[in-house]
Amino acid sequence: MQAESLQFIFLNAAVVNNFVLAMFLGICPFLGVSAKKETAFKMGLAVIFVMLVSSLSAYGINWLLTELDLTFLRLICYIAVIASAVQLVEMFIKRFSPALFHSLGIFLPLITTNCAILGLALFQTAKQYDLAQSLVYALGAGSGFTLALMLMAGLRERLALARVPDVSQGAALTLILAGLLSLAFMGSAGLGGSHG
Amino acid sequence: MSIPTNRAETPTLDTFVRGLWRENPVFVMLLGMCPVLAVTNSAINAIAMGLASTFVLLGSGALVSLLRNWIPKQVRIASYIVIIATFVTIVDYGIQAISLDLYAALGAFIQLIVVNCIILGRAEAYASKQPLVPALVNAFGMGMGFTLALLALGGVREILGNGTLFGIQLFSDNFQPWVVMILPPGGFFVLGGWLLLFNWLRQRAARKQIEHTGAQANAS
Amino acid sequence: MAESNIQVEVPQVPVTPSWAMLRTLGGIAAISGLLVVLAYQVTAPIIAENQRLRTERAVFDVVPGAVSKRDFVLKPDGTIVAAGQGARGDVIYGAYDASGALKGVAFQGGAQGYSDIVRLLFGYDPGCACIVGMRVLKSTETPGLGDKIEKDPAFQKNFTALDAKVGSDGTALANAIVTVKHGSKSEPWQIDAISGATISSNAVGRALNQAAQVVVPAIRRSIDILGHPNPSATHPSAAQ
Repeated sequence: MQAESLQFIFLNAAVVNNFVLAMFLGICPFLGVSAKKETAFKMGLAVIFVMLVSSLSAYGINWLLTELDLTFLRLICYIAVIASAVQLVEMFIKRFSPALFHSLGIFLPLITTNCAILGLALFQTAKQYDLAQSLVYALGAGSGFTLALMLMAGLRERLALARVPDVSQGAALTLILAGLLSLAFMGSAGLGGSHG
Repeated sequence: MSIPTNRAETPTLDTFVRGLWRENPVFVMLLGMCPVLAVTNSAINAIAMGLASTFVLLGSGALVSLLRNWIPKQVRIASYIVIIATFVTIVDYGIQAISLDLYAALGAFIQLIVVNCIILGRAEAYASKQPLVPALVNAFGMGMGFTLALLALGGVREILGNGTLFGIQLFSDNFQPWVVMILPPGGFFVLGGWLLLFNWLRQRAARKQIEHTGAQANAS
Repeated sequence: MAESNIQVEVPQVPVTPSWAMLRTLGGIAAISGLLVVLAYQVTAPIIAENQRLRTERAVFDVVPGAVSKRDFVLKPDGTIVAAGQGARGDVIYGAYDASGALKGVAFQGGAQGYSDIVRLLFGYDPGCACIVGMRVLKSTETPGLGDKIEKDPAFQKNFTALDAKVGSDGTALANAIVTVKHGSKSEPWQIDAISGATISSNAVGRALNQAAQVVVPAIRRSIDILGHPNPSATHPSAAQ
């Protein structure tokens, strides 16, 4: 199995195979949350944090289940741990920084059923990354998600002041915008270079 | 839009048809977007995903409905998620047993059915409050609505991006496939296109309604 | 407005005892576990058979004329042992013809292509010391451009007799396999790239070279072990 460098993994997850625009993960929050740059950024940060926690947990669970030869329980365990991790993160933030908790509000529970988090755990398992690679992958994926969210938020803020046809109001326009963004990101294929 | 679902209803045709058009999970409620965009680069993948999701909807709906009187409110979401994950695991192994090629094409998105908001939403809003049969009928309707939406996308993308439908070549060899349609941006564009169409149809219907009531008011 | 003393009836919310919650979660976990284990047991043999058939098809594709295969493991130290003995390493496949003679060895390779890693299976014939087949196992290259590595017959022809001779010291290939620009192939160990799909073609070349540099010398060293398809045959001598 070809070893991928950490920088390459980060770049790949963040830009080349961006979780939202290339892998179609996390579309629901992408469409729903990205109306203002500030909220988008905060959501992005929350996602990065949860992704790191989930990546670590998934790595541990996978190791445990493989040792015990119970890999058919993997999906159930992943989703249970992700849900619990988000609960714990929520309680943690509420306790130590009520201001942050207040501003994040509804976003944290939204992250639980977000396919981006579970998708991260599943992909990382399928690619058989070791611990360092998994964490960098999570960081890259979260950063890419934040990037996509902020780009979309910026675009929509501008769009709120523009004249658009009635028919396209709402999700239709956002999707077409997302398509253009996705097209733009496709140009980054080959970033990271080819190896030796 | 939805009828209050607290009282057990006898399943009617409406229970089923609701999920197809008026409350179509993808085009109306905008739920379950991720798989809709990801696995619709061909019509066969789209149908397979739709059927797999319908299976999970039916299975989880049935189990949640049967156990609804024994699940305390506080642990209901956790319970629903475990039940849904169980059926997703079952369908995951099932597809591997049926066709490894199909499994490779659908990839991780089979397991991602577990976070499809449609399924959790149905369990929470309907199956937990209705007896077995209406829950099953409604689940089937939602599943079919989802499958139709997937097929609408998959079909268009495959025809434009590959010149085939279900693998059958439709055009002559001179046809230059619009490759972007089977790539990620194509997914966004085609779904946006469908939503444009739906919006336009709805606006037209609303306008006609207004004209109609206006005409009635004038006549009286 | 007169102020009336309104008695508001607060509906009593029944407090759910913890044991009820635990009982529910435990019960659901039990039912789930049962269903999953059942599904797993029923499908596991079918899936294993599917995978076996799939690998077999691929191996017979890259080693023309093979009718049976046997799994081996290439250990990190460069030795090859029969699979199933708990050895860890990359799996390679010995492919045999109808008479049981070794027709070729199939091994995997992978390299970063345009979108993601491309996984390939290559067939090596020790008799001619060359690569005799190539098949794409997994690729997400651009449809219409990069995916030509799977379909383009001219590209496939590169792999019918690609030179993979081992150097004099037996530790590496005599000439590294490399992808060259379309139309400029001059040596038998070069791969002619697909015009317009350079990156994907390069990926195939890199994948093959990286894998072959390790696998081919190991195959030549352990040719005795690979030569016998019968798992019960014992070999007193180690690989030379």
